[in-house]
Amino acid sequence: MKKGLKINKTATKDYITYLVVIAAFIIITFMNRGGMLNKRMQGLLVPVCCYIVMAISLNLTVGIMGELSLGHAGFMSLGAFTGVVVSQSLITAIPNDVIRLVISLAAGAVVAAVGGFLIGLPVLRLRGDYLAIVTLAFGEIIMDVINCLIVGHDSEGLHVIFNFRGDKTVADLNLAEGGSAIIKGAQGAVGTKTIATFTAGFIIIMITLFVVLNFVRSRSGRAVLAIRDNRIAAESVGVDVMKHKMIAFVISTTLAGMAGALYGLNFNMISADKFNFNTSILVLVFVVLGGLGNILGSIIAATVLYILPEVLRGLQDYRMLIYAVVLIVVMITTNNPKVRGLFLKIIPKRNKTEGGEAQ
Amino acid sequence: MKKTLKFIALILCFALIASFAACAGGSNDESAKSSDTDASATDDASATDDASQNAPAAEGAFKIGLIGPLTGGAAIYGNAAKNGAQIAVNEINAKGGIQFDYKAEDDEHDPEKSVNAYNTLVDWGMQVLVGPITTKPAVAVSAEAFADRIFCLTPSASSTDVINDKDNMFQVCFTDPNQGTASADYIAANFAGKSVAVIYKNDDAYSQGIRDTFVKEAEAKGITVAYEGTFTEATSTDFSVQVTAAQSSGAEIVFLPMYYEPASVILKQANDIGYKPIFFGVDGMDGILTMEGFDASLAEGVMLLTPFSADDPNAADFVKAYQDAYGEIPNQFAADGYDAVYTIYQALQESGCTADMTPAEICEKLIAVMTSISVDGLTGKGMTWDASGAVSKDPMAVVIKDGAYVTP
Repeated sequence: MKKGLKINKTATKDYITYLVVIAAFIIITFMNRGGMLNKRMQGLLVPVCCYIVMAISLNLTVGIMGELSLGHAGFMSLGAFTGVVVSQSLITAIPNDVIRLVISLAAGAVVAAVGGFLIGLPVLRLRGDYLAIVTLAFGEIIMDVINCLIVGHDSEGLHVIFNFRGDKTVADLNLAEGGSAIIKGAQGAVGTKTIATFTAGFIIIMITLFVVLNFVRSRSGRAVLAIRDNRIAAESVGVDVMKHKMIAFVISTTLAGMAGALYGLNFNMISADKFNFNTSILVLVFVVLGGLGNILGSIIAATVLYILPEVLRGLQDYRMLIYAVVLIVVMITTNNPKVRGLFLKIIPKRNKTEGGEAQ
Repeated sequence: MKKTLKFIALILCFALIASFAACAGGSNDESAKSSDTDASATDDASATDDASQNAPAAEGAFKIGLIGPLTGGAAIYGNAAKNGAQIAVNEINAKGGIQFDYKAEDDEHDPEKSVNAYNTLVDWGMQVLVGPITTKPAVAVSAEAFADRIFCLTPSASSTDVINDKDNMFQVCFTDPNQGTASADYIAANFAGKSVAVIYKNDDAYSQGIRDTFVKEAEAKGITVAYEGTFTEATSTDFSVQVTAAQSSGAEIVFLPMYYEPASVILKQANDIGYKPIFFGVDGMDGILTMEGFDASLAEGVMLLTPFSADDPNAADFVKAYQDAYGEIPNQFAADGYDAVYTIYQALQESGCTADMTPAEICEKLIAVMTSISVDGLTGKGMTWDASGAVSKDPMAVVIKDGAYVTP
């Protein structure tokens, strides 16, 4: 009886998460139609969607699996550049933007999944903070590899060269007439036709939510939670640690790749150094301040913390200062038992769920 | 789990420290800046939340926007251009006639933030854009501005990707290929027969772009490139490998197409091992003399290709105004920003635009006159533009002597 009640409660929480996202989408769509959003807000819509997906997918690794990943932006980068290459090279073959976007997102997700699998293969066998160390290195390696990558497309197909010694340029691709360079090494991917839309962003958030929330409630997800809470106990009852961790990690990187592909197709130019350590940490900040393991929290934190510096533009030079102070205040207040107690008094009903979430 | 949390806490501390450091970089001239935020700050409160797009300025002043890195690692360029443009705006507004309403937005040298800054300025009602200052953001924003039909004149974004296929984009600075070619030509003409080593930053579009054309032109002119060394953002603190390799290759000239921070490290390390070639830089080298914590005597004898020298008598008024307002000697970016505003001023006069026109109307009129005007600015006499948006002016090579630029 007690168990049934608990499942009901978590299910309700999932539905609330879905509802919040759908309601936000509908409200924003109507505001946009009615011309109530200015250009700045319109420009922020797609990046916010990307960062929300990034935060949710990182939450799966950090919050639910209990492993730290410091190179999540590396997987985003894989997805972004794959997405851009696929979209740009199919531009004549598939003129329809929507179909091309779907294919690009899928391609970005698959490449990031392969990357995640290769990283996870050795690292997830180890105990301790090794995943953090390896993913940190991975993010840097990916950045350097893409800086060496020169990719072009013409009527004969894709041309790829690795500029290891730094002496190759776009001219070395020997592109045929009418061909164009897609990734110009350190200059990044320039001249991308932007096909990302807010609707696509909303759909990938819904896919992400569906995948992550259902995964957590699945047999594999319960195994991952068990491993997080007590690895020895989980192993002793026959849980295959490696397998379940791998599933969770690959799902996480796949979603990050998808977010990256959408991000890459939203800007005319992206370069590899955008997806550096700082971006990984930015997403980690969203996850930690939103609450480890708390999906709705990640969504809210990503939205608020991404939009905040833009809204603070009116403060001119002081805006980043204020942003940093806001981060500190949020960090202190959400972890302070006194402040928490105050909140709990105001909202007494949340008392129990909050306690359960705080592990 | 506890360990993980501790680790996260540590990482977050680092992130916060980093963000403070970024702030500090931008705020060292805070006090000086209060004067130029007054007009824009009040406007800002009322205008930013205004949903009306592309609204023409009401009070008869053209709305000029500037986008550049005002905080973060590249802040020195953004702030210099912003201040230089501010001086030009003040001078023009004092003259009467065409009036400018001027506002600068920060992009942190990030294409994503730059598009956000651009959108913010469009909401404000910007009619002409000065910027973005740095290359990667400029490429990202130029596509947006092209679609929106807003005229852009960038003071210092030098890649050809910025102006390619976009009729509304113009540059005040040389394009990267021009700088590389001009440097090779200069070396071929003045140091015939000497071999050259090139050290460049291969994760930077600016550095890579100049290097590409330099090597190509060097080959055509018969200059031997004895050594090529690369570095990235992450490895820009130690150059002992590259410097030693350049020394052992026997190169008598070291070409440094990069910004001045890494160049200062190279100069120091070359000096430490007793390697004294002729160092040859491009416009990014400008600013090395005013760099904090750098022994300027190490830069003695460094040659650089720059369009602007603060010792130029023509620039005396500007240098004085800049020093009075901001307490430092203006660098080339400040001069570029100043010239950009004056170029727009002249183009607006020639085309007969009025402040109540929409940005798209102004854009078409300015594009029409840009190819026919000739501007005498701080960074060049008789600057003209072709339809692609690239500027045509004479590059000037200077050599650093007794802590100042002198023409060799």
